Amino acid sequence: MTVLKDISLEAKNLAAIFEATGAEVVEMDFLQISNLLLDLYGEDIRGRAFITNDPVYGEMMLRPDFTIPIVEQHMANNVSPARYTYCGKVFRRQEEFPDRPREFMQVGYEIFDGANPAKADAEIFSLVNDALSGIKVRISTGDIGILMAAVSSLSTTETRKKSLLRHIWRPQRFRTLLNQFSGLSSKPHPIKDAKDYNKIIDKFEIIGSRNVQEIKERLQQLKSEHETAPIDSAEVKILDDILSLKDTSKVALSYLEKVSKKMPGIEKTVDNFAKRLDFLENNGVNVDLLDFEGSYGRTSMEYYDGFVFGFYSETHKDLAPVATGGRYDALTERMGQGKRIPAVGAVLRPDLTLLLRGNEHD
Amino acid sequence: MIRLGIPSKGRLMGQTFDWFSERGINLVRSESDREYAGHIEGIKNVQLIFLSASEIPRELSSGRLHFGVTGTDVIQEKLVGFNRLVDPVSELGFGFADLIIAVPSFWVDVETLDDLDAVAAQFRYKHGYRLRIATKYHRLLREFLMKAGVADYQIVDSQGATEGAVKNGLAEAIADITSTGNTLKANHLKILSDGLILKSQATLFKSLSAEFSQEESQIANLLIEKLST
Repeated sequence: MTVLKDISLEAKNLAAIFEATGAEVVEMDFLQISNLLLDLYGEDIRGRAFITNDPVYGEMMLRPDFTIPIVEQHMANNVSPARYTYCGKVFRRQEEFPDRPREFMQVGYEIFDGANPAKADAEIFSLVNDALSGIKVRISTGDIGILMAAVSSLSTTETRKKSLLRHIWRPQRFRTLLNQFSGLSSKPHPIKDAKDYNKIIDKFEIIGSRNVQEIKERLQQLKSEHETAPIDSAEVKILDDILSLKDTSKVALSYLEKVSKKMPGIEKTVDNFAKRLDFLENNGVNVDLLDFEGSYGRTSMEYYDGFVFGFYSETHKDLAPVATGGRYDALTERMGQGKRIPAVGAVLRPDLTLLLRGNEHD
Repeated sequence: MIRLGIPSKGRLMGQTFDWFSERGINLVRSESDREYAGHIEGIKNVQLIFLSASEIPRELSSGRLHFGVTGTDVIQEKLVGFNRLVDPVSELGFGFADLIIAVPSFWVDVETLDDLDAVAAQFRYKHGYRLRIATKYHRLLREFLMKAGVADYQIVDSQGATEGAVKNGLAEAIADITSTGNTLKANHLKILSDGLILKSQATLFKSLSAEFSQEESQIANLLIEKLST
């Protein structure tokens, strides 16, 4: 049995590494009002967080993470560059993996700084990498930003691109839509003409808040989607190649540089990838061995939209990741009500690092 | 003493009595109908416990009941990892109900989950909040929609008269059990063509956590022998 006291000590040691950078130490409330989390994560968060009720605020959640409240606070106060670190417990319901803990320590780090995002990416990665030295890990990295840029540069309608971007984090639905848009699978059910709709509508009682106008608009959308030409198969091929890309970082980079000649829309994000590798190399990371996956980070229920990474145990394959992190620029914008600042963060699991160091008491 | 949970109310109870007696086991409710207890004719050491069908899953999983009759829908909604907690002995062939997703019939642009997802995006954009689905089957609905990749919805709790939730302005869609679909129609709702979450019927379950003494095992085996199909 791992002793809680030992985990606390391990957490303190890890936190000390983060605090030594001069980052501001922050604490957050255990109880968070549900609305914000629900708005950002959707209904799925209710399956992952412990929910309770307050007579005044209504539904509240035991904090499932620190990042959202930290971003909220930062965006409410100012948007000047800042570095934060925290150390504390988070709470998660475990339905899918009943053997995983319901409460565990997290030690995390957040960088709000737009001066040089590639450098900040490398900074946080190296910070985590150094903190985990001595533990045998397998590292995965990816870049959701490249994926999003590739989708955005498809030569098709804005509506289609928006639909695909909305489902970047739901690979299966993304695939269904991509197949429909590229003519690989049949389109949805036959479309009723919006003009004839007035005749249909008489047969039904109108109930609920979704109104007739909205239905007419959607019928119109379905019609124009029907009439839009499929996405060019060469472009779909490029997207598929990026999605299935899996190689060491430098090989992946040179491949993506070639791809960006055919798809200039991704050039900026690929260039950013190159810069990040340079900074990582400067920090002493062996990028020749660093894996890159085009689809990495898509299935985590997260808000990452750029660089993403995860550290996994080499010896305990079924363990949750020891550390994860990523860039979440769009999140600051959504929560900043007009203001925005590029941001990247990472989180460590001291219970797992302790387990893997093998010095827990029995 | 074997403890057997029986639904305490209505048609479900009557049909359960009939089903057992067709298999040569006569359930007897205690003299006073108000007492929620009973026994089996001719078999000693079986105690009948009359409970709400929705409480039987919890009692089975805690091991306080050895056996219990309830619907597959409540078992799956209430018990995480239900197949590690209970074992179905026999399907009883009544209490059929489908857990489905339904939307207003006048939504002629919506027939499938694909449509529901697209409409959820549109609705959130237009109204500034997530499309609400009323249900009491929170877990089953959430898992189903997560697997289907439907986003931008929220669940609102509805413990009864769920079919009326849309008309009453509490939700835009519902997830509920239906057997004939008549109530749905009467409430101006239609079922999504791929919106079947679960097919349920009354089922006799055996608890996997209850303790069985040697004597209790013998009675249990006798019961299972008579009742298995």
